[in-house]
Amino acid sequence: MPPFLVIARLTIQESSRRRLLLALLVLTLLVVGFSAWGFNKITTVTRSDGTPLPPDQVALLTSQLLIVITFMFSGVLALSAAVVAGPLISAEVESGLLLSMLARPVRRSEVVIGKWLGLAVLVAIYAAFAGTLELAAVDWATGYMPPHPVELLMYVAAEGLILLSLGLLLSTRLSGITAGVIALAAWLIAWIAGLQNQALENVGIVSHLLLPSDGLWRGAIYAMEPDTFIAAMRGLGTAGRANPFAATDPPPLSFLAWVIAWFAIVLTLSIASFRRREI
Amino acid sequence: MAEVAEKPEAAAFDEVAAGIPAVKTVELTKRFGRTVALAGLSMTVPRGEVFGFLGPNGAGKTTAVKLLLGLLTPTSGEGWLLGKRLGDLGARRRIGYLPELFRYQAWLSAAEVLALHCELAPLPRSSWKDEIRTVLDTVGLTDRANDKIGTFSKGMQQRLGLGAALLGEPELVFLDEPTSALDPVGRHDVREVIRGLASRGTAVFLNSHLLSEVEQVCDRVAVVDHGRVIASGTMDDLLSGTTVRVRVTGLTQADKNKLSGFGRLDDEGDSLTFASLDAGRVPELVSSIVAMGGRVYEVAPRHQTLEDRFLQLLEDEEK
Repeated sequence: MPPFLVIARLTIQESSRRRLLLALLVLTLLVVGFSAWGFNKITTVTRSDGTPLPPDQVALLTSQLLIVITFMFSGVLALSAAVVAGPLISAEVESGLLLSMLARPVRRSEVVIGKWLGLAVLVAIYAAFAGTLELAAVDWATGYMPPHPVELLMYVAAEGLILLSLGLLLSTRLSGITAGVIALAAWLIAWIAGLQNQALENVGIVSHLLLPSDGLWRGAIYAMEPDTFIAAMRGLGTAGRANPFAATDPPPLSFLAWVIAWFAIVLTLSIASFRRREI
Repeated sequence: MAEVAEKPEAAAFDEVAAGIPAVKTVELTKRFGRTVALAGLSMTVPRGEVFGFLGPNGAGKTTAVKLLLGLLTPTSGEGWLLGKRLGDLGARRRIGYLPELFRYQAWLSAAEVLALHCELAPLPRSSWKDEIRTVLDTVGLTDRANDKIGTFSKGMQQRLGLGAALLGEPELVFLDEPTSALDPVGRHDVREVIRGLASRGTAVFLNSHLLSEVEQVCDRVAVVDHGRVIASGTMDDLLSGTTVRVRVTGLTQADKNKLSGFGRLDDEGDSLTFASLDAGRVPELVSSIVAMGGRVYEVAPRHQTLEDRFLQLLEDEEK
């Protein structure tokens, strides 16, 4: 097995042995259970005349609530990715764990790629698993399924990968806690800058280029909105675009191409930075 | 995979025949900002030799090993391991390394850590089982093979690190303070391992500040201080002088100062030790002490130990 795959396997194995996966699984099941219960309550809401809400009202309410829950879920995913990626390399350099491994015929680039790959697989699998479970629970509770569920999961997973990649880059130079905190703060700043971007047209585009997490979040929102809601928001003009939990357009293809380029650039920078690191 | 294992062996045979040394450096220098960690290290370690790299804490020993292994980049100078330039991946297939800061995955078992190193080395998968069993036996961890490293004492972790360094019968092994966490029995075991490596022709680069350890197993020694080699040679070269210890009372400080002409004097009150004193001058020394009014209780000439020589070298360096 090539060294980068050995390192990737080791990263996944560590998460499993340290019971990170088990903790995430239990927490996810709890959250999905509670949210299914909450969504189910929407179907029992009645109007003032005692009649139940019509299906389109239930769908609208569910879609809005789902967006808020997905925002929290993507926040937890971003936080987890940043916290796990922050010490990924720095902690092993500081503890001496990497010394004996790097004295083997292993390139530094293979260590970086292996660690990124291992964690990326975990982030992708977790996003797909937890997202599918949540959507299934919502469907069961309310009969509502967002219009583009696959795209939704891909956007949320990609957002986690952005934070993972940023955390890993910082981890090649900074201590674990510093790298994790910076990555998380950058994610929040990008989200706040994204609000301005939506409101003021093109202001804050730089923030989308530097850290595309907010652009991906907008894509996730778009994938969750019913067509009628999108039409209504478009009708509101600037006010509609200023809503941090609404998106009137899908991310342009050029942005998605930039996201791929961003991953390549950040991984290249991580490798270059770790190569120059004195151990 | 069998071919992978055979090629280095054939190459090693040719290299030994061609006289390519295990380690060679020319003016290897490392600076961290203004601090000079290693100042122009030039040395050669032949194949099959046990080489002791000796120095006080902070002398630059670990920096030298990390430079040789490619973990640090030299500021200037160059070096070769097994005939390959520093950092060459091919050479790293043929070396073993026990770091001073030894740490292994707490969530893996001892056997799993060794299997990981077999995979990274890389050794043919068919040989892993035998390799792991052999090194666990060598370092005395057979009973703990399946226990998690997180439950290991520091000494056991150091034994495991030594085991990892021995996997695949490397041609050159770097041991950086290999007994720092070990008890006397463990230290004895490590000396046996080093002798075993030497007997099968493996070169050993032993970093240590434990003089007795170096004295007992090394063919040749380099003493390093403040990043510079201040002496090097075989044990016989370094320890050629005689040391004389005299137990005496009744001498003033002025008397003792006059006696320092006989050799470097280590004054411990009633016990005076003269380094590098020719045995033929011992009667003359005793006569001088008696003439000064000193009362001599014991005169004990002995061969200079590495500790005597080491302290002398460091003292000369300070001057």
